[in-house]
Amino acid sequence: MNPAIAEALAELPDLVRAHLLLSGAAVAIGVAVGLPLAIWAAGNARARTPLLGFAGLVQTIPALALLALFYPMLLILGRATGLAIPALGFLPALIALSLYALLPILRNGIAALQGVDPGAIEAADGIGMTRRQRLFMVEMPLGAPVILAGIRTAAVWTIGAATLATTVGQPSLGNLIFSGLQTENWLRVLVGCAAAAVLALAVDGLLALVESGLKRRSRRRILLGLTTLAAALALAFLPLSGRPGGGGTIVVGAKNFSEQYILASAIERRLRAAGFRTERRDNLGSTVAYQALAAGDIDVYVDYSGTLWTNILGRADIPLPEEMRAVLARELERRDHVLVMGALGFENAYALAMRRDRAQALGVRSLDDLGRVAPRLGLGADLEFLTRPEWRSVSSRYGLSFGAQRSFSPTFMYRAVADGSSDVITAFSSDGRIAALDLVILADPRRALPSYDALLLVTSRHARDARLIGALRPLIGAIPVERMRQANLMVDRDADKRTPAEAASWLDPDADRR
Amino acid sequence: MNQPPFLAVEGLIKRHGDQAALDQVSLSVAKGEFVALVGPSGSGKTTLLKSINRLVEPDAGEVRLDGRNVRDLPASALRRGIGYVFQGIGLFPHMDVAENVWIVPRLEGADEAGKGERVAELLDLVALPADFAVRMPRELSGGQAQRVGVARALAAEPRLMLMDEPFGALDPVTRDSLGRAYRDLHDRLGLTTLMVTHDVAEALLLADRIVVLIGGRIRADATPAALAAGCDDPEVQAMIAVPRRQAERLADLGMAR
Repeated sequence: MNPAIAEALAELPDLVRAHLLLSGAAVAIGVAVGLPLAIWAAGNARARTPLLGFAGLVQTIPALALLALFYPMLLILGRATGLAIPALGFLPALIALSLYALLPILRNGIAALQGVDPGAIEAADGIGMTRRQRLFMVEMPLGAPVILAGIRTAAVWTIGAATLATTVGQPSLGNLIFSGLQTENWLRVLVGCAAAAVLALAVDGLLALVESGLKRRSRRRILLGLTTLAAALALAFLPLSGRPGGGGTIVVGAKNFSEQYILASAIERRLRAAGFRTERRDNLGSTVAYQALAAGDIDVYVDYSGTLWTNILGRADIPLPEEMRAVLARELERRDHVLVMGALGFENAYALAMRRDRAQALGVRSLDDLGRVAPRLGLGADLEFLTRPEWRSVSSRYGLSFGAQRSFSPTFMYRAVADGSSDVITAFSSDGRIAALDLVILADPRRALPSYDALLLVTSRHARDARLIGALRPLIGAIPVERMRQANLMVDRDADKRTPAEAASWLDPDADRR
Repeated sequence: MNQPPFLAVEGLIKRHGDQAALDQVSLSVAKGEFVALVGPSGSGKTTLLKSINRLVEPDAGEVRLDGRNVRDLPASALRRGIGYVFQGIGLFPHMDVAENVWIVPRLEGADEAGKGERVAELLDLVALPADFAVRMPRELSGGQAQRVGVARALAAEPRLMLMDEPFGALDPVTRDSLGRAYRDLHDRLGLTTLMVTHDVAEALLLADRIVVLIGGRIRADATPAALAAGCDDPEVQAMIAVPRRQAERLADLGMAR
């Protein structure tokens, strides 16, 4: 079998389990909160409008943004209360998805209770039912099909949206989709999407069975549907709860691109060889990753000096690389007790790149040359570059003003320069595609772009852990840029693609020999 | 001996905004009586009826049943002791006929062992075959559904039956036969019945006593015979005149043939 499919399928059972557990818990909370609220609001016109308004508002926030918002919110909450609230992983994903599940449950619940035949209500009151008896013997049974339809909608939405939990470090089927997108491993994307779809359809089908059981007064259908659902959830829950506690497990973080996956794999290999258990938190956003490390949600990851310099220290000046590294090591230690172990040996700097033929035709070699022709050209940037100080710095120093500017996810940005839809892109200097696509990097004579040395960072809890530091030390200074480019290319290229784990073992073959 | 009346309504006032639905209404009903409450739409007759089982809470005045103020009991307990039948029928669509009829004993915590027999007995009372017990409400005609409604109201052996236009939605033939069947039940079971209707002929033919409400006040309170003989109040007179004239014209039709 194709190693990529084999790898995706091997990860599938754990991811399906995590996915099911997360979405099941979110829908359960949605029901536990939404149903009582619906009962309350159905009889309270003044509460109804603001409540439905709030739930509707939540729904208009894109799920991805909602998930991302809970990270800083929980972080602030944790600092304010002094409690150890995990800001990454299961908790923020659960809260966001529960909120998301609320609207259909609330809306259908209210509609169901308001739609009950007034004759049945008058009869219930007239024969002497208490409010409670009326609710449970008349209103709920009569509203059940509509209530259940709301739960079905919530379940399908939640299972779909749970794929995004990957971005806040909660494993889900989204792991396959996001990493597959980054490495252009479409089979992996397909496996992730198909698994999520099958899961959604299966849950929807079981709830439909319960719904038809209610309609036909068939206890058998209701029981069959509910017990199958309960069994699936129990299955999802048991192995996770039976797992040994996270105390001895080192959590390795990675941002959302191939190089990060490869380096995280390389770190994992070193740690495992030294006898550690490891776990991964992939696809972390650029600032989320550092904050997760500072908060101890992840233990080790690789970040880049320029990114930390501007995003974390908030500095706009551009010092020499060695000076930047020294200040970072001192400041991060002081701020968050984070250990900067050292540079891996290569830079992944922002660099403006063009196709060689295009650059030669326009006579562009440096950013100075580019300033003259930029108004006639289109810039393709990654998702964050245009909002970063580097862009302000480079555009003002060279007077760059492009005819058009577009943002892409990195994969599509390289596609855009290759097919000519963008003339200049914000490439990364360690990217294997620079050589593969025959791009040239434009020189930066005025030093507008800071250095981006890859640095290995360790969370405060392990900063003095000699066994862990010892295990990782061989990586320091061991990865020259050519090797990193080659490893990146192995993963990113179209033909003879390798998985990040395979690239990591090529990059750092010594990890196995001890 | 000066025994208090079975049902005593004293000085009831109920306002809907500026409009007085009930304006100082007092009424007493003896055990075993069949009283019809008649009057035009909006005259307050339904409000009066619902004040008795507290589906409506009056602004002033009080209602005593068997000498006790109805407010002394929780509303739900009070209502379980009073049969209630209304135009909308209100059978619970998710319960079969037996479950509908058995609902009040179930609320009272009755032993389920007696359910089958009691349901059959109640269905027999309202002239429905025992095998109707397993039917769902949607499988019943309007008349059959209201017979089940009556059986449900009778299930807890109520002290008092309150009926709000109970046969109002039925076709004339069904309405007539159901009305007479209920009057028989009233006599056989020794019930006390208060029935709201806007159909004066129905009231005259079924009730022992007719109370006419207009604009929230009692304008007449008499036996059907006394009322039919004549009345000083021109509005009440006009109401009674309609069925009498109709009866006369129908009789003339018969003579002419």
